[in-house]
Amino acid sequence: MNKTTNQKAWWFVFPVVVLVAFNALIPLMTVVNYSVQETFGDNVFFWEGVKWFEQVLNSDRFHASFLRQLAFTGMILVIEVPLGIGVALSMPRKGPWVSVCLVLMALPLLIPWNVVGAMWNIFALPDTGLLGRGINALGIDYNFTQQPVSAWLTTVLMDVWHWTSLVVLLAYAGLCSIPDAYYQAAKIDGAGAWSVFWRIQLPKMKRVLTIAILLRFMDSFMIYTEPFVLTGGGPGNTTTFLSIDLVKIALGQFDLGPAAAMSLIYFLVVLLVCWVFYTLMMRHEEK
Amino acid sequence: MAKISFHKVMHSYMARPAGLEDYALKEINAVWQDGGAYALLGPSGCGKTTLLNIISGLLVPTQGRVLFNDTDVTEVPTTERHIAQVFQFPVVYDTMSVFDNLAFPLRNRGVPEVRVKQRVEEIAGMLDLDASLQRRASGLTMDGKQKISLGRGLVRDDVNVIMFDEPLTVIDPHLKWRLRSKLKELHQRLGLTMIYVTHDQTEALTFADQVVVMYEGTVVQVGTPVELFERPHHTFVGHFIGSPGMNVLPCEIVDGTVRFAGHAITTASAEKPGSDVREIEVGVRPEFVHFDEHGFPAEVVKVDDLGRYRIVEARVDGHRLKLIVEEGADIPSENPCISFDPAATWIYADGWVVN
Repeated sequence: MNKTTNQKAWWFVFPVVVLVAFNALIPLMTVVNYSVQETFGDNVFFWEGVKWFEQVLNSDRFHASFLRQLAFTGMILVIEVPLGIGVALSMPRKGPWVSVCLVLMALPLLIPWNVVGAMWNIFALPDTGLLGRGINALGIDYNFTQQPVSAWLTTVLMDVWHWTSLVVLLAYAGLCSIPDAYYQAAKIDGAGAWSVFWRIQLPKMKRVLTIAILLRFMDSFMIYTEPFVLTGGGPGNTTTFLSIDLVKIALGQFDLGPAAAMSLIYFLVVLLVCWVFYTLMMRHEEK
Repeated sequence: MAKISFHKVMHSYMARPAGLEDYALKEINAVWQDGGAYALLGPSGCGKTTLLNIISGLLVPTQGRVLFNDTDVTEVPTTERHIAQVFQFPVVYDTMSVFDNLAFPLRNRGVPEVRVKQRVEEIAGMLDLDASLQRRASGLTMDGKQKISLGRGLVRDDVNVIMFDEPLTVIDPHLKWRLRSKLKELHQRLGLTMIYVTHDQTEALTFADQVVVMYEGTVVQVGTPVELFERPHHTFVGHFIGSPGMNVLPCEIVDGTVRFAGHAITTASAEKPGSDVREIEVGVRPEFVHFDEHGFPAEVVKVDDLGRYRIVEARVDGHRLKLIVEEGADIPSENPCISFDPAATWIYADGWVVN
């Protein structure tokens, strides 16, 4: 077949290039630009090299919020993934209850982040909130606005409430794709419920769970709105996660250089973790 | 190993079946001998998988009893029936090696590891899997995976019956016959009762000693491949088995003689159909229709040359029928006449053969 040269085809690519440039490339490059310069306003910039990167990487404040972030993401993954699998396993596979369960599961996912934060704030207030008053009525001293432990508990609980459904829906989709023959074969082979889970269900859910864990990792690692509305990063700095800290530096203190350097480090961490995790999980997959 | 008997087994998937048409299986009575190779043959939806699931215990029949040897197992759960099953799509445990896959049913039953190793190696040898024992099962080809499914049944000593539910569907055509002859060989070597479900007549006829032909929830005929060919009990068997299928032609009985399109024909049916019969037909396979100058006139419509023989489509008074002409034999060009072989021509009353 003869190919005709037609430079007009570039016009078809052009809108995408413009779109990507505006929503990704240009903002990212702006951040890169800020990360190596210092400004005192008036749009005057001074070259600083890697100074901001060194500063961020050596800052105790960054270390602290990074550790808090790791702890938070670790906690919600440890809770949401097994819980999500458990809920998916106990959902009916057929019958009229399937759609009821699916809708109930999807509901939390439809609520906007700031609404979730506000809801939980009101819900957990120790004097007026149902949860707050309830816990205190049980004789447990609970006040998420003043106690770090209570604040953490509330934040984690809120995230579990909001996002476990995502794991449930993905795991459920994975479970539904397993043909009946596998269960019948397992019965014939004399496998118990534990073996069925370990040898059939979990391996068959591997792909969707990989996606679920990646999504939950990225979302929770970049979480901002919900804890911001719920605790504002407090009490003190105890629930100041990376994004909250970043916004404080960038918009609160207007330290554009360090904030930009921090964003880039932050971005690279997310990228690296996702890549390593995905590569490890897919190592044994068939081509 | 076991003999399997069915006593008035019926099954309906509906909670309250109203009439016979609500049943996926309509009264099966049969005894299948220990060590036999049986094929359940029929089109999709004829109830063969339902029957298979009743044997394996995945379904409890609405009515009737299933016996293994002389024990009633109708309500016995799958795990306690000592059966093995190979499914349409190969079932392997992806995360385990081939060895662990084969060992899985034994380990689940608490067999000592020494014995497990011995059995797995023995069976892997039979199935030509010894070279890949340490590989991950997920990396094998479809036929390799299907062999693992089969192997998991064979490793056990306690298996009463091995069932195959269209096991060659996803296997490449050139590997199909190899796997099929492997099955045949294993059957002869191990003497296990084997039940093979298929809608492919070639598979059924080559695998089985006894072919059970099913149609709309009923067993229409049980017999050896030769019996099914020479003496179909039902017009469905005639159609379904053989290529091309049996000619089924309308006929009438006038003063005790069978007439097809006005021509008197002789049949192998000694009795005459009862008077309550709605539809009388005559059935004759294309192999038993010949050109014969003493026969009745026919018009040749089409000839398909298949090399070793030709399939001739002919028309007699508006009725189409087929006949097979061997290589070298002539097809008369002028005023062709045909006749039916009386020994292989049967009368069918409402679909069922008249003896």
